[in-house]
Amino acid sequence: MDQYILSVLVNNHSGVLSRIAGLFSRRGYNIDSLSVGETENPEVSRMTIAVRGDTNVLEQITKQLEKQIDVKHVQVLHPREGIFRELVMVKINAPQSVRAIVVELSDIFRAKILDVDTETVTVEITGDPDKVDAFFRLVEPYGIREIVRTGLTAVGRGNQTINDIMTSR
Amino acid sequence: MKLTGAQIFIECLKEQKVDTVFGFPGGSVLNIYDELYRHQDEIRHILTSHEQGAAHAADGYARATGKVGVCIATSGPGATNLVTGIAAAYMDSVPMVAFTGNVPLSLLGKDSFQEVDIAGITMPVTKHNYIVKDVTKLGDIIREAFYIAREGRPGPVLIDIPKDITTSSAEYTYCAPREIIRDTGRFGDDDIARAVSIIQQSKRPYIYAGGGVTNSDASKELLAFAELIKAPVGCSLMGQSCFPAYHEQYTGMIGMHGTKVSNMAVSESDLLIVVGARFSDRVVSKADRFARKAKILHIDIDPAEINKNIQTYHHILGDVKVILTQLTKNLEPKDRAKWIDQIVRWKQEYPLRVTGHNRRAKDIIETLSELTDHRAIITTEVGQHQIWAAQYYGYYLPRSFISSGGLGAMGFGTGASIGAKLGRPDRKVVNIAGDGSFRMNCNEVATAAHYRIPIVVLIMNNKTLGMVRQWQTLFFDKRYSQTDLDHLIDWVKLAEAFSAVGYRLPMDGDIKTVLEKALSETDRPVVVDCEIPRDDKVLPMVPPGAAIEDLILELDLEN
Repeated sequence: MDQYILSVLVNNHSGVLSRIAGLFSRRGYNIDSLSVGETENPEVSRMTIAVRGDTNVLEQITKQLEKQIDVKHVQVLHPREGIFRELVMVKINAPQSVRAIVVELSDIFRAKILDVDTETVTVEITGDPDKVDAFFRLVEPYGIREIVRTGLTAVGRGNQTINDIMTSR
Repeated sequence: MKLTGAQIFIECLKEQKVDTVFGFPGGSVLNIYDELYRHQDEIRHILTSHEQGAAHAADGYARATGKVGVCIATSGPGATNLVTGIAAAYMDSVPMVAFTGNVPLSLLGKDSFQEVDIAGITMPVTKHNYIVKDVTKLGDIIREAFYIAREGRPGPVLIDIPKDITTSSAEYTYCAPREIIRDTGRFGDDDIARAVSIIQQSKRPYIYAGGGVTNSDASKELLAFAELIKAPVGCSLMGQSCFPAYHEQYTGMIGMHGTKVSNMAVSESDLLIVVGARFSDRVVSKADRFARKAKILHIDIDPAEINKNIQTYHHILGDVKVILTQLTKNLEPKDRAKWIDQIVRWKQEYPLRVTGHNRRAKDIIETLSELTDHRAIITTEVGQHQIWAAQYYGYYLPRSFISSGGLGAMGFGTGASIGAKLGRPDRKVVNIAGDGSFRMNCNEVATAAHYRIPIVVLIMNNKTLGMVRQWQTLFFDKRYSQTDLDHLIDWVKLAEAFSAVGYRLPMDGDIKTVLEKALSETDRPVVVDCEIPRDDKVLPMVPPGAAIEDLILELDLEN
């Protein structure tokens, strides 16, 4: 099963999130992550949904989403056409004996140290899922105490915007 | 002009030309009911016994007329009582607008008395729903709801109105209802041309028609199309009555309880033309064994139905009526005598046969069909009687078979028959019921009696939950768990208690005499208790997991 990233423009009012989430759960589609936020137009929100399935499932998800009255546009972002980022905060075991190594690893990954205490360092890392996973692998030996992820967010490359695509249809 | 929310509600119903609504009052909708009282000359309100009956009545009204059915309930239990009715309409793509009251905005979310999140509850069973939080938006929400209910693939829409919205005021100006334009924007000449060439090449085309033909009012176009290409036609349960049963090319129902001819024709065809249907599991049974020799040409208005259950070879997205017209215009007549001969031979070889004593319900329904000139509106409950009503009546006119196909809601029929009769007073309306289903919502006979609505209810009384019993007989070694209904109910007395007319039709009684009496009532509902054998089966039947051509045709009924 492959992962696909959907960018979905929806009306920005209460109840839309549960409508979309409900659609996924009742039709049995698997969501890896979902993030929502307002767009340049305050009446419209953009959901970035990472889903798993085959192309038939993807076709069904897209069509079912498009049937929702509150959904204005659905775009499937292919890896080559999109930029994908996720923000993650990680609390890592870092007593004095290993703190320098943890800080060094963070630097290499351009992760930001947000907080330091006697036993831990809390780090913010932004990147695509591969980068984030690589960072986790390297700091894991020291002990990861807590992970908070925003979920994937994505935007298409180039001059074209999702609004251009929507209005050209 | 400035109007209260309740007044805007009335004005918007009038804009939409709503003349009949079904409902039940309560605290949160008091202001709405106060306005309904003032406008009772313009909008007829039918007070049902239970909100579920109101929802089914709105549904029956919509299916019989093609107009939007409207129902109203108060907050909390009133709203939840609508849910089964809304779900039934959703599964069968019926245009409906349901209004619910709710507690005032300031009390929402506080577990107030009779508060329930009906928008949340109905999200999966409505096409769309709203909570009105601003009285200035009420009018446009109602207008949009009526549009959404009918546009594209129809469906129910719910509007939840907090009580203070009905008392606060906003500016109102009349707005003509937005016109529903037939969907022709998603197919082009090349889609039609490709379909035409696929049809021309086919030697054994078969048409599988569904409820979309009815929704699109495309019965005439389907008939012209089928006659031109000489393709036999079968209907899903939802498609019943969209193609005339007397027609030589008609092969009966398709699917789990379809005819042997329909199911064999699907399996032998080289092109299956699917019109306004969705490949329900009750039609397809095993997807990988369905129509294996056929290319599939799917014509439907809902893109999400394409490739959902069955992969298609070619599809055309849009309004069925327009598409069939265009296909017919572009096709040459073709002689498919060999295929039609084959179908005719199968029809002789495999009639819908019943053996021995397994025929009482058939005789009753066939007699009913003759007495009503094959032109009554039949509503049903859910179970054996429902399938018999689909198999044996033989519908000549569209919008004549009104049944909860997708949801399969027992208790649907009495309410639906009331709605259908009010929508089509010119037609006879008969609810073919089972004793189990009828009991679920027989309270609506009181409604019919009060409003002098002359529906006829035929209870196919086998004193058991027949369809479940049939499965228990066939697949559960006759362990009849909780399906006996030999309760001591006197249905005639019950009818009379509701001020309806009751008749008994015992097993050896003369069907014609009793039905003639029942059908002659003009201002009172009639309930006929028709005694039928307990172990009559619905046949043919595709056993679970089998391909649709592998039907059980007959059973040794002594076992």
